[in-house]
Amino acid sequence: MDNKTMIARRIAKELKDGEYVNLGFGIPTLVADNIPPGVNIVIHTENGAIGLGSKVPEGQDRDMSVVGPDGWPVTLVSGAATFDSAMSFAIIRGGHLDVAILGALQVDQEGNLANWMIPGKIVPGMGGAMDLAVGAKKVFIVMEHTEKSGKSKLLKRCTLPLTSVGCVNMIVTNLGVFYKEPEGLVLKETAPGVTVDEIREATEADFTISPDLKVMDIA
Amino acid sequence: MAIVIDVKQAVDMISDNDAVMIGGFANCGIPEEIVAEIADRKLKNLTVITNDTASPEMGIGRMIVGCQIKKLICSHIGANPLTVKQYLAKELEVELNPQGTLVERIRAGGAGLGGFLTPTGLGTIIEEGKPKITIDEKEYLLEKALKARVALVYADRADTNGNLVFHGTARCFNPIMATAADLVIAEVSEIYEAGLIAPDEVMLPGVFVDYLVKRQRG
Repeated sequence: MDNKTMIARRIAKELKDGEYVNLGFGIPTLVADNIPPGVNIVIHTENGAIGLGSKVPEGQDRDMSVVGPDGWPVTLVSGAATFDSAMSFAIIRGGHLDVAILGALQVDQEGNLANWMIPGKIVPGMGGAMDLAVGAKKVFIVMEHTEKSGKSKLLKRCTLPLTSVGCVNMIVTNLGVFYKEPEGLVLKETAPGVTVDEIREATEADFTISPDLKVMDIA
Repeated sequence: MAIVIDVKQAVDMISDNDAVMIGGFANCGIPEEIVAEIADRKLKNLTVITNDTASPEMGIGRMIVGCQIKKLICSHIGANPLTVKQYLAKELEVELNPQGTLVERIRAGGAGLGGFLTPTGLGTIIEEGKPKITIDEKEYLLEKALKARVALVYADRADTNGNLVFHGTARCFNPIMATAADLVIAEVSEIYEAGLIAPDEVMLPGVFVDYLVKRQRG
C-alpha cells in the first residue's frame, strides 16, 4: 500500500456515521474511497453542494453544471442539496461542518497550519482552505511526514505563510498519528513497521508519547 | 422587466478599464459566451472579480492568455499556470481573498453593508492593513464590501422579468454577484415568459437583473 492510501485509510476511520465532511485537495480526495463499511458520511463541497457522490468519467453522460471542488463533473447522492457560495461558507464558517480534512505543506506543534503558498514559487491561492480551517468543528491534517528532501513538515513553528492559527486537531502522516492536545502534540499511533526513534529522527516538532501508544490500523 | 439582448450588445456595454464581476467556479457556471466575446474583442485593463481563472483554454482563462486583466480579485489561481506565471512575473496584479471572505464581501456590497467581521484570516498575512475588532471577547477582521460596475452571471433559466433559476453547482457566486453591480447581465440557457417560473422556484428575483442573453449553445 502506498503512503497516500495508507494515510487516507487511517483518517477515514476517524469519521463517524452521519458527519458532514469537506475533503480538500491532494490526499484528502482519497478518503471518500476508503470509508469503513457501515459508515455513511455526507460530503460538502465549497462550490455549493452537500451530498457529493462520485466523479463521472469522460465519455459518460455528464452534467457539466454539477462539479466537485476541482471542477470535475460529479454525481450527487439521493437527498443532496445545492446552494450558492455565500450559503456554502455560512455552513463552513458558521460551525455547521463537522470535519475538514486538509493537506498541508507544514504543521507546527501549536496546531498552526500552512497549506496555501510558498512565496515566490507556488501561489495557488487559499481558495476555501482558510475558512475551512477556521470554521470546521474538527480539522484533520493528512500529509507526508517529510518533504522529498527529508526535511520535517511537522515543525516547532511554521515558516511558510499560515492558513490558520491553532486550528489543527489531528495529524496523520505516513509515519504516525498525532493529536493536538492542550499541552502539545501527542504521538498516539505509529505506522506499521515504524519505530518511535525513526519518528523522532524525522520530526522537528516537540511531542510526547501517549501511554497507550499503538500501531496505526490501516486494514 | 429584463431586456433580452444578444451577446454583442452585451459586450458593447463593457469597455476598457471596467470593473467586472464574473460568476462561476472552475469551468462551471461561467457566462461563457459573454466571456468569449470579451476575449475576442480584446478589451484591456479590466479589473476582474471572480473566484478563479479556470484553465488557459477555457472561460476566463482566455482573458488571461490575452493579457486583458490588469487586476484580479479572486480566491484561487492554481488551476491556471499562466495566471500564476503572470502574477509571479508581476505582469498581473492579484488580490487573493479567502473564498468565504470573497463571496461575503460581494454579498455585503449587494446588501448595502459597508463590510463584515470574520475570524477567517486572523494571524495570517490576510490581516495586514485590516482593522481587528473584538466582539464578546472574540476577535474578528473587518473586511470591506466589494462592488463592481458590471456583473456577468450565468443561470439555467430566466423569465422575462429577469427572475433566475440556477442548476447544480453552477449557482456558486452567480446570485450573489448579481446583487453587487450597477449593470447586471445574465447569460441563460432558457428564457420563459414571466409567470412560467413559479414564485417559490425563483432563486434570484429579477429586481437585480437588467439584461438577459440567451446562450446559443444551449
